Amino acid sequence: MSASAVLPDGRICRYSLRERVVHWIAGISYLYLLLTGLAFWSPWLFWLATLFGGGTVSRELHPWAGLVFVIAVGFMYGLWANQMHTTQTDREFWRALPHYVRNEDEEVPPADRFNGGQKVLFWGFFWCGIFLLLSGLILWFPPLIPWSLRYFRYAAVIIHPVAALLTIGLFIIHVYMGTALERGSCHSMVRGDVSAGWARKFHPAWYDRLMRAPH
Amino acid sequence: MSQATLEIRRISGHAGSVPGAGLRREFEVCKLIDTTTCIGCKACEVACLEWNGLTFSETTFNNSYQTMPETQWNYWNLIKFNEHERDDGTLQLLMRKDQCMHCEEPGCLAACPADGAIVQYVNGIVDFQQDHCIGCGYCMTGCPFNIPKFSPTARKVFKCTLCVDRVTQGLEPACIKSCPTGCLHFGTKPEMKALAETRAAQLRQESGFAHAGVYDPAGIAGTHVIYVLHDATNPEAYGGLPNDPRIPWTVKLWKTPLKWIGNLAIVAGLVGVVGHYLRFGPKLPPEEEERP
Repeated sequence: MSASAVLPDGRICRYSLRERVVHWIAGISYLYLLLTGLAFWSPWLFWLATLFGGGTVSRELHPWAGLVFVIAVGFMYGLWANQMHTTQTDREFWRALPHYVRNEDEEVPPADRFNGGQKVLFWGFFWCGIFLLLSGLILWFPPLIPWSLRYFRYAAVIIHPVAALLTIGLFIIHVYMGTALERGSCHSMVRGDVSAGWARKFHPAWYDRLMRAPH
Repeated sequence: MSQATLEIRRISGHAGSVPGAGLRREFEVCKLIDTTTCIGCKACEVACLEWNGLTFSETTFNNSYQTMPETQWNYWNLIKFNEHERDDGTLQLLMRKDQCMHCEEPGCLAACPADGAIVQYVNGIVDFQQDHCIGCGYCMTGCPFNIPKFSPTARKVFKCTLCVDRVTQGLEPACIKSCPTGCLHFGTKPEMKALAETRAAQLRQESGFAHAGVYDPAGIAGTHVIYVLHDATNPEAYGGLPNDPRIPWTVKLWKTPLKWIGNLAIVAGLVGVVGHYLRFGPKLPPEEEERP
């Protein structure tokens, strides 16, 4: 079943199998990166490394998980970048943010397949992913950076945690909204489908477009 | 000197206080290197390899007497040879024994995330504990002297220990023991500092080295390895001895303000989403129609 198709039982396919697989590869690798990264971040969280085989194993595998994550984000770019351009509706979405926060969704301009917040999440992870990759490559191989290029190491040790902290902010909001807040979202990313009512309420412009399209 | 010198003052990547810190009255050790009486014989290099049982490695010929370009994970003590052209056009062969400086405020320890991988004893020795090292190499970024080196086989980082095993038994480090000219000295920090100052004054007053002085850099609160230099105004000439070594500012920024700002932000984010749910509850889609 492909995305944006109406299913025989009246439900709507929101995420194709390919989109869901890529999402969960990114999600699971991110979770590993987050927990091992937090272990290296603070002595008070170093015990997290114990859960993943200790500090040495975590240090060896963290960069490989990072590669998996970055490749998954690259696939997401291919899948979604053309749907993530900021539109007039997105600008109005940000102006209507207080309504959105107070769950007054009827006051929010009708979103297409992705709303303004989802687009910021996407570009946030995309750009932070690039910075994490570049700084992470330097941190992966410190002996290969000669003393004369040590300023790259100095830059990497500050860029990596700053970019990681930004993604943690996005991640907290994303997980909260995808599970607890917006009911039906998590199911859509697991099985792919949403109810017509869900689509009408949270992505009205997308829903209208689907209903107008011949199928 | 006794086992008591192995009281620990600082521990890397450690949550909470250092057990037993500050309980006992202690002295600080120091190695003094008088570059003006070094003859470049490399006895200290050999003694270091022998005492520590380090594996042998290829030497690199680079048109100088120097054994290799820089210290290695299995070569902790290296005399740096530098031909220095003085203002009057004459040449001076500068020889400086390079090794860990055992900083009073060690950048390696500040940067290390692994609990107990780097410790600083109350006697001032900064020692790597390879069984706790995770091999991340952050210490290499924190060090202003390019000392910690990564072993590709052990996948851990190694450096000079100031022969901590000898010092705790009341012996001087192996390099000191081997020096034939007496340019190496070992004792307490105040003693060595006084001896160095005396020698520097002698060089200024009697030997014509107007800028002779002691290298004990303040940017890292002093070191437990100090130098007497013919020209203390130009340490860079001695094979890249930094003029004003400091822990890199990005390491400091990362380890103190950013850490606390980041931790507060993460906690605030978690409190924020829980608070939002308690106040506003879920966004519920309309009741689903009965499925046929």
